[in-house]
Amino acid sequence: MPDLEQEARETLQHGGKGRFFMRFTRAQRTLHAVLFSTFLGLAATGLPLRFSQSFWARRFASTFGGFGAILFFHKLCAVVLTLAFLVHVKDLFTRSVIHREKGIFWGPSSMVANWKDVKDLIGHLRWFVGLGPKPRFGRYAYWEKFDYWAVFWGMIVIGFSGYAMWFAPFFAMFLPGWALNAVLVIHSEEGLLAILFIFSIHFVNTHLRPDSFPMDMVVFTGVESEEEFKTKRPEEYAKLAKQGKLESRVAEAPALWFTNFSKAVGFIAIFIGLTLLVLTLSAYFS
Amino acid sequence: MKTVSSFTLLIAAAAFLFYATPGVAQSSSECLTCHADASMQDAAGHSIAVDESKFHSSIHGSLECVNCHATIKSYPHPDKVTLVKCETCHADEAAGLATSVHSSSADHPCTSCHGNAHTIFPKSDSRSAVYPLNVPRTCGACHGTDGMAKKHGLDSVYPSYIDSIHGFALSKEGLLVAANCQSCHGSHKILSRKNPLSPTYKSNIPQTCGTCHAGITANYESGVHGKAVAAGKLNAPVCSDCHTAHAILQPTESAFRTQSTPICGSCHKEKFSTYRDTFHSQLGALGGYVETARCWDCHGAHDVLPPSDPNSPIAPANLIKTCSRCHAGANASFVQYQPHANAHNRKLNPALYFIRLFMNLLLASVLTFFMIHTILWLIRSRYDQVKRKSAEGGKNA
Repeated sequence: MPDLEQEARETLQHGGKGRFFMRFTRAQRTLHAVLFSTFLGLAATGLPLRFSQSFWARRFASTFGGFGAILFFHKLCAVVLTLAFLVHVKDLFTRSVIHREKGIFWGPSSMVANWKDVKDLIGHLRWFVGLGPKPRFGRYAYWEKFDYWAVFWGMIVIGFSGYAMWFAPFFAMFLPGWALNAVLVIHSEEGLLAILFIFSIHFVNTHLRPDSFPMDMVVFTGVESEEEFKTKRPEEYAKLAKQGKLESRVAEAPALWFTNFSKAVGFIAIFIGLTLLVLTLSAYFS
Repeated sequence: MKTVSSFTLLIAAAAFLFYATPGVAQSSSECLTCHADASMQDAAGHSIAVDESKFHSSIHGSLECVNCHATIKSYPHPDKVTLVKCETCHADEAAGLATSVHSSSADHPCTSCHGNAHTIFPKSDSRSAVYPLNVPRTCGACHGTDGMAKKHGLDSVYPSYIDSIHGFALSKEGLLVAANCQSCHGSHKILSRKNPLSPTYKSNIPQTCGTCHAGITANYESGVHGKAVAAGKLNAPVCSDCHTAHAILQPTESAFRTQSTPICGSCHKEKFSTYRDTFHSQLGALGGYVETARCWDCHGAHDVLPPSDPNSPIAPANLIKTCSRCHAGANASFVQYQPHANAHNRKLNPALYFIRLFMNLLLASVLTFFMIHTILWLIRSRYDQVKRKSAEGGKNA
């Protein structure tokens, strides 16, 4: 039975063999899950408002139970996301100020941009057009840092302008009248930017590009294979190897059920996102 | 011979008297000898039967047949008799009808509405076709979907009316004072709404509606729209422009609230467009949240006044009170919010203009840069992938 033996070997090569490395902690993955599910909720309930004159907005709103229901859901997601944001900020504060953990605001594992990111960006662009070698990315590549800060800035801007509308009479105690007009423009434009960016650029950069297609599972499972680690983040891998710390990051392969569950969740998220993207573009250009 | 001839003459005279006298002044009972037969028809197949008991209980029951059928002098009468002229008695009504939109009607103008001439009841009698509660059905026979309306390309107004607040009051509550067709259009002298004498001519509408809604009309006349119409500016709205003529809805109904803003917007185009950019409109457009401010929630409905008028709800001194109707806790700063801000107008709303410009540039630059970045990346990665796989001897991807 040569076929059976061959297929067994293939199975080992694909899943059973090879080491896995930890990339994201459970807390980080949970944060991402809360972030993307509330973001989808906010986008789905915010878009019908932004494009309230479009053909699908009213239909969607009435299916949901009218605007009252949409607004309730939008606010619910906003509160959950705000809490997640505060938990993240508190975590950063505890780690940096209380525990005096190094490398949060500076260094190879920091989210803060540095000179290498500028060089990587230029190098990457040169590589796109065949003018140089592919840059060797570290723990967080420049586009990943951009994603992070875009979300960070976005949450402050969208959150603040959203709460200003929600509690307008309160905010009017210390904001001028025109600011109440401005917050809607800011909220809707920044929200639109976030939606367009996440559902087109982030989806492609992180999940749909050939190296990760159809989905990069690391943000769900927390681990990636040695080969992926080596090719996607060669500098971090080399550094760990040099310091002899590779072993400390080795993790167990994710359970099959967990991978499948993550895939299902991820695909649903991507499907919802792409649907919303199509609706947004159709409303924007009509 | 003379005797005989005298006798013959006498017989003839007697016979003449016997037969001919009733012919001079026939009584109704004699006519009914034939016409009481319910199956009696003329040559064209139309019923020419008269229901005796109904006729006698009708308003014309005390009349003799020949009072109306005046051309019938004797029996047998000709097959074809002249049409009864109602104007012999009803001269005023006939005169009105002659100038009305119904004057050219090929059908008998009176019976079309009043029904069978032999069973006409006074309009206060519920059996009458023109009893207030029966008027819409009577007019609707022609002005309904399948009647004359369709044939003559007129609006089919009956379905709209009967579902309106007036129609409901009339059909569901049996409210005699509820407006029926003739309350607004009149009865015999119905004129086109393009005729300045018509109660439905644009500038007469406030007075027509004011026959019942006197308070509202007084309010309306004190506002800018009422004054404009009184001054002959007929593009200003009257009652029916906002409430519609026939399908009048309860203004608190979500359907009315939703459909009303575009009506104001049909004249106030710029204000409508800027309103649409605001949260009030975005919320309101989706339904299920009808409380959001529509035009008249802030401007007033009937007595719309300019902000320069101290009685206007949007006069600066009244803004806090007006906004507070929805926004509890609205303060002096809050009411500086501009419900018609135009983010594209640098002179009127400079702060908003630059904020919008900044946001638009941010969107455009971020998306453009990353779009190019991502597309180039995709092409390059795919190129590398294909090259690598073919080097490994496998198929592409």
